[in-house]
Amino acid sequence: MAGALVVAEHDGTTLSPSTSRCVTCASAIAGAQVTVAVCAADAGAVAAQAAELKGVETVLKVEQAANAHPIAAVLAPQLAQLAQLAGGYSHVLGPSTTFGRDLMPRLAALLDAPQVSDIMAVESPTRFKRPIYAGNVVVTVDVVDAPIIVGTVRTASYAGAPGGGSARIESASVGTAAAAHTRFVSVSASKTDRPDLQSARRVISGGRALGSAEGFQLLYRLADKLGAAVGASRAAVDAGYVPNEMQVGQTGKIIAPELYIAVGISGAIQHLTGIKDAKTIVAINKDAEAPIFEVADIGLVGDLFEIVPQLEKLLS
Amino acid sequence: MKRVLVGIKRVVDYNVRVRVKPDGSGIALDGVKMSINPFDEIALEEALRIKERGAADEVVVASVGNADCQQQLRTALAMGADRALLVDTASAGGAPGGDLGLEPLTLARVLLALVQREQPFMVILGKQAIDDDNSQTGPMLAALWDRPQATFASKIELAGEKAIVTREVDQGLETLEVGLPAVFTTDLRLNEPRYVKLPDIMKAKRKPLDTLSLSSLGVSSRARVKAVRFEPPPQRQKGIRVKDAAELAAALKQKGLV
Repeated sequence: MAGALVVAEHDGTTLSPSTSRCVTCASAIAGAQVTVAVCAADAGAVAAQAAELKGVETVLKVEQAANAHPIAAVLAPQLAQLAQLAGGYSHVLGPSTTFGRDLMPRLAALLDAPQVSDIMAVESPTRFKRPIYAGNVVVTVDVVDAPIIVGTVRTASYAGAPGGGSARIESASVGTAAAAHTRFVSVSASKTDRPDLQSARRVISGGRALGSAEGFQLLYRLADKLGAAVGASRAAVDAGYVPNEMQVGQTGKIIAPELYIAVGISGAIQHLTGIKDAKTIVAINKDAEAPIFEVADIGLVGDLFEIVPQLEKLLS
Repeated sequence: MKRVLVGIKRVVDYNVRVRVKPDGSGIALDGVKMSINPFDEIALEEALRIKERGAADEVVVASVGNADCQQQLRTALAMGADRALLVDTASAGGAPGGDLGLEPLTLARVLLALVQREQPFMVILGKQAIDDDNSQTGPMLAALWDRPQATFASKIELAGEKAIVTREVDQGLETLEVGLPAVFTTDLRLNEPRYVKLPDIMKAKRKPLDTLSLSSLGVSSRARVKAVRFEPPPQRQKGIRVKDAAELAAALKQKGLV
């Protein structure tokens, strides 16, 4: 029996939208029954949310005090045991977020399984498409001689699974002690009331042309009018205008909003790979030759410091 | 001897826009500029700074591939690494898995063999290679070695037998404390790699560069992820230009986007 085990990403109380997208990917594996594993100190609330996702048959709670924070060295041995339990799984999937990219390769090595990163399409249970070279090439790969395939899911390639499901919730017991050599100290996340960058329907991003942290205030005001999330190019993050979690691109976040407005971003290939799946791309840039205009559905050449405030008024 | 081991991958330079071969069998790499994977350059810079602060005695760089990788290893030596190891895969019958090269799990086994040989207290790798974008090798090595991992590091502080690491995660910045030895993977903002100076390039020619074979390390190069076809991504349709904010607002409203 083929089974796909999806490793849930969550913060202890809320299931991340990335998991729901992984469920959609797992459901595309022909014949696979989908199980979601929730590793947490107290998995109840998150497991209940996972059980509502259509396509999920079973939710497994893996509860240990050490699972309070997602430490790969702690979670991977537990998931490796789970993946090899009676019945077994043919696929183990996690999101291609920093959570999944940290955890899944550690798990794959413990399982002696090959990993397919950034799955963007499932062609068959052993054939997948994935982007390489910053998304400038798509490669189709066949996995051979592998009882278990580990994968990370390029979440921008999949819509979230709809709700309305009613999966069984069970407790799984895996006897693994905590990894004494790794200790979680803290996580600092800037508090924002704006939508989450990775799942927002509208995103406005700024580049180095914004000139300063104050310059980004222009974008925040427009974003709040539109109910949009705010992102940034690497250059703007490197310059210290905004924190790292706002970076969009090959080494930042890969997103697929309905509307993406790039303000003062030239459009390096490393940035473009992060926005390829946006439905509509708008570019505002004073350089008419900027590469961002090659991918933009709507382009406007001009001074962002004039255009953005005008736009804010016009869209009020 | 406190030693840092750094992985160096030879990749297509980040400024090159790669092309798929017309028959879809691979990437056109003839005459393309090759460089050290940018994240590996950051890894090496971090190792050099740790040594310059007196917290390490030796920096060893290692690359896995064919003889061409010597170029990147020489550059690494010119940056300041003390010696280099090339694990030559040419005898393994070309690049297994077609253009995808050695699989990350095989690479991790090679690195584990080097770890056992060199006994480093830190292994620093790039968080991903900019060619295959796999982002797998670091955590795989940490798992096989049964040691901690600190991926996506933007700050590494050594404190005795431990390292305090700031990691760039989707939520913001996470701080982890890991016992040494450990595997670290670098993110962009860990440091800015130094430029290589001409006299250093001359000096690097006299530094040791040893070649090892896969089989001498007891690693077999099985390929379980095989490339079937390479293709360019779907192109976006050509867009329109508007002349001012009013036209842009109207276009967005007409498309029902705002």
